[in-house]
Amino acid sequence: MSEPAIALDGVHKAFRGHAVLRGVDLAIARGETFTILGGSGSGKSVCLKHMIGLLRADAGRVRVLGTDATELREVQWVPLRRRCGMVFQGAALFDSLTVYENVAYPLREHLDVAEPRIAERVAACLDAVGLPGVERMLPAELSGGMRKRVGVARAIALEPELIFYDEPTTGLDPANARRIAELIAELNRRLAVTSVVVTHDLELCFAVSDRLGLLKGGRIAALGSVEEMRASSHPDVRAYFAGVQDVGDEDEERGQAHGS
Amino acid sequence: MSDGGALGRIGVRVLAIVEEVGDFARLAGATARAALHRRPPLRETLRQMEAVGVRSTTIVAVTALFTGMVMSLQTAFALTRFGARPYVGGIVGLSLVRELAPVLAALMMTGRVGAGITAELGSMVVTEQVDAIRAMGADPVQKLVLPRVVAVTLTLPLLTVLANVLGVLGGMLIADWQYHITPHFYMRTVTYAVVLQDFLSGLAKTFAFGWIIAMVGCFMGLATTGGTTGVGRATTRSVVTASIAVLIADFFLTRVLLSL
Repeated sequence: MSEPAIALDGVHKAFRGHAVLRGVDLAIARGETFTILGGSGSGKSVCLKHMIGLLRADAGRVRVLGTDATELREVQWVPLRRRCGMVFQGAALFDSLTVYENVAYPLREHLDVAEPRIAERVAACLDAVGLPGVERMLPAELSGGMRKRVGVARAIALEPELIFYDEPTTGLDPANARRIAELIAELNRRLAVTSVVVTHDLELCFAVSDRLGLLKGGRIAALGSVEEMRASSHPDVRAYFAGVQDVGDEDEERGQAHGS
Repeated sequence: MSDGGALGRIGVRVLAIVEEVGDFARLAGATARAALHRRPPLRETLRQMEAVGVRSTTIVAVTALFTGMVMSLQTAFALTRFGARPYVGGIVGLSLVRELAPVLAALMMTGRVGAGITAELGSMVVTEQVDAIRAMGADPVQKLVLPRVVAVTLTLPLLTVLANVLGVLGGMLIADWQYHITPHFYMRTVTYAVVLQDFLSGLAKTFAFGWIIAMVGCFMGLATTGGTTGVGRATTRSVVTASIAVLIADFFLTRVLLSL
């Protein structure tokens, strides 16, 4: 088996004494779409942020695209991040910049190309997310769903090998949530990237995932393909799919609020 | 036991302050390194200079004008007792140029610009825009901190020159209207008393004040935690800390400059 795109090995993370991750083991193969499911505050986003170096593990190892990234300093992460794209929960578009400037941001940061080439690429990315012609608008003028899609356009601008989606459908109405799910599935097909999706939205999870893992109590409690997980008799998986509240994860939620 | 508890609490507080000072020094060091090794983003720096300068001109102008006027009133009142009222211009000029204009401009700038920087960066932190910059392989210190520090450090001296001029003019108006000291005589006493060294020693301090205001503003903004209420808290702390730091720095800088 070829080396996984991402491998987490016994990753621990605590915020001010509150343990959020308690030994996460996970290997995500190249080209697959992996979804991390879990209740609110179960540490899904914390887990994702370790994969792009926004958080540093207290213990354990993190490998990204064949590089041991556990001890990398901020500046050493740059070449890896150049190969990744991330879609943030609230889109995290820069308020003071237009949609065009937002999507052009990673291009200007990493490519030394003339403005017409940048404009071409920005237009192509906005086209890919179904938002042609919004270049001159400011993020504040866009709806929540449009902002998320511009966030996706910005994440795919550099044609990444890895895309991270942090709660891509949270806060959207069902129609927009479905649209985002379709967009993620389509991008995965078209760009043949490795995608990691963090969500508690089962509809999105079943629509886009090749495999999924359930995060509970700071560990991956169960893991498998969509079919395997649907047929699983694991009590946590059954409880999660049945919509039973993740009471045991409240501690992590508190810890996370302190730390982030 | 209660003494031990109190001592323990003091210890924890002291450790927290030491840690915060350490973090501040690290950010200041990173900013200095970014300034030395990498080109500050020119467009953003100019945009910040314009925003900082234009935003603060009115408040600095009004403060300086009225301070000059009240200084003229008070000084003339005091000098009358010694029969030296005509020399009001010299004392008003010296007080303004050496001390009042730099410090008042800095304090006004702290309330206006320092608070603005903290609120802006704090909002960027809680909406994950700073994480987005890092995730795209860019450096928040170079993109956000450096332009603001350069802009405020260069703009405050310019605003102080404006404050010097308007303060002396305000004093002149009152001297003329209230005490019938002709503008010509007033200006002669100003130019007789105030020499270039006075002007330069006042101006030199403003570079340090500008640096303090912007660094504290950026530091508090980037250290924001706890959502939107955290932004408010960080902004208040930023203004209080920067104001006190400016006043303390003023004493020591004046002490050093007087011994030169």
